[in-house]
Amino acid sequence: MEKYSAYSLFKHALGHHENWQRQWRNPEPKKHYDVIIIGGGGHGLATAYYLAKNHGIHNIAVIEKGYLGGGNTGRNTTIVRSNYLWDESAQLYEHALKLWEGLSQDLNYNVMFSQRGVLNLGHTLQDMRDIERRVSANRLNGIDGKVLDVDGVRRIVPILNTSQNARFPVLGASWQPRGGVARHDAVAWGYARGADGLGVDLLQQCAVTGFEMSGNQVRGVVTNRYGTIEADRVGCVVAGNSGVLAGYAGFELPIESHPLQALVSEPIKPVLDTVVMSNQVHGYISQSDKGDLVIGAGIDSYTGYGQRGSFTTIEHTIAAIVELFPVFSRVRMNRQWGGIVDTTPDACPIMGASPVENLYLNCGWGTGGFKATPGSGHVFAECLASDDVPQLARPFSLQRFYSGALIDEHGAAGVAH
Amino acid sequence: MLKIHCPYCQETREEEEFHYSGQAHIARPSDPDSCSDEDWGNYLYFRKNPRGRHMEMWVHAAGCRKFFNVVRDTITYEVEQTYLIGHVPRESTQ
Repeated sequence: MEKYSAYSLFKHALGHHENWQRQWRNPEPKKHYDVIIIGGGGHGLATAYYLAKNHGIHNIAVIEKGYLGGGNTGRNTTIVRSNYLWDESAQLYEHALKLWEGLSQDLNYNVMFSQRGVLNLGHTLQDMRDIERRVSANRLNGIDGKVLDVDGVRRIVPILNTSQNARFPVLGASWQPRGGVARHDAVAWGYARGADGLGVDLLQQCAVTGFEMSGNQVRGVVTNRYGTIEADRVGCVVAGNSGVLAGYAGFELPIESHPLQALVSEPIKPVLDTVVMSNQVHGYISQSDKGDLVIGAGIDSYTGYGQRGSFTTIEHTIAAIVELFPVFSRVRMNRQWGGIVDTTPDACPIMGASPVENLYLNCGWGTGGFKATPGSGHVFAECLASDDVPQLARPFSLQRFYSGALIDEHGAAGVAH
Repeated sequence: MLKIHCPYCQETREEEEFHYSGQAHIARPSDPDSCSDEDWGNYLYFRKNPRGRHMEMWVHAAGCRKFFNVVRDTITYEVEQTYLIGHVPRESTQ
């Protein structure tokens, strides 16, 4: 793998930038892999990268039905934060945030991680009590956070409508300075390049259509393009389609797939240098380095796999943003898209073993998966590499839906579902 | 935008008037005390999540406020039919 540096840039400038190495190969699959990861999004690629880097397993394939990072990794609003309420999830997301902080260096790939801070607005007394509680819980978990009053919010985002006459006046906010945004495509590409450099085969345009089973044991995957590929272990990291794959292996998951829409405006001059989220008015917004406003809100209420949603949801989203930022009322929207998110009853992921032997799950990230990408891959790689379930993943087993030990993160998930 | 026919009002209206209420035809275990953890967990949390034909409940929130059942395709989002609570859907014509 060619290392990117100022020197390599200079060297290739002399050759008119015509001889850059391809970022990853397009290999023919082998007959057998130690580990096959289904799903070539951020989480899947990160899993492959950390498996190869930290656990010395190099005989790995990532199988992707479309192109790398073409699913939810390329369809989110790129917000990164770790201010979750409960210890279990806070520690998992904080683990991810710590990895984010060194990710560009680690991958030798600029993921444009920008710690511009995340504001979660409070509009009612109860909101403010919840914020106090969540920030206190965060601080006990070693996560940075601050409760701001309305003046504090105004100082950070002067263009926010903080008038007392607003329909839902802003009373304050929680503020996580270490939160921010990252370039979503670069995350997938950086992990793909890193994994490929460590010998991982990335198989694109290849859909998994079933499992090769013997009894209650997975022995490989059946694909539409290469037939059966054998594997000792299979990791399933496919977000919205997790239930479909579980069906191939003969079990069900407590997951419902919903469209989650987002949109970006035309590029405008820098006006918003942080991330603003509001659970009450229900929208979130940031400005990309290119200048577009990146906007999102809730999932479409009904289940679906269509990677598009309803216009009514877009209307609600925009209404919320204009309520918070009247100054944006005449900004035109440029593009809109939908991803299929795998929501669980408690808005927390499912990680670890499945009811079928040799098949491991990393799914149910729902609306909050992007921020967890490095942590998810890091922890899931450990699940796949050893028989010991890592400490961070233990509370997120499928078993919790039978034991009742749910981790209710609907409040901190930031998206209603 | 979905267009949904309310079987009570006998009107086809826009999705905005309705709220989605999840999977239809979930029977509460008749004797919860004798359920195993697995049965109870399955009843509480495990939902059908098919790619394709899905039976689900909607409520006509801004209309008659009654719940009814809908058969909808989760890929095309096409509403195939709507029918009353307690009834079974007609066989698919396709």
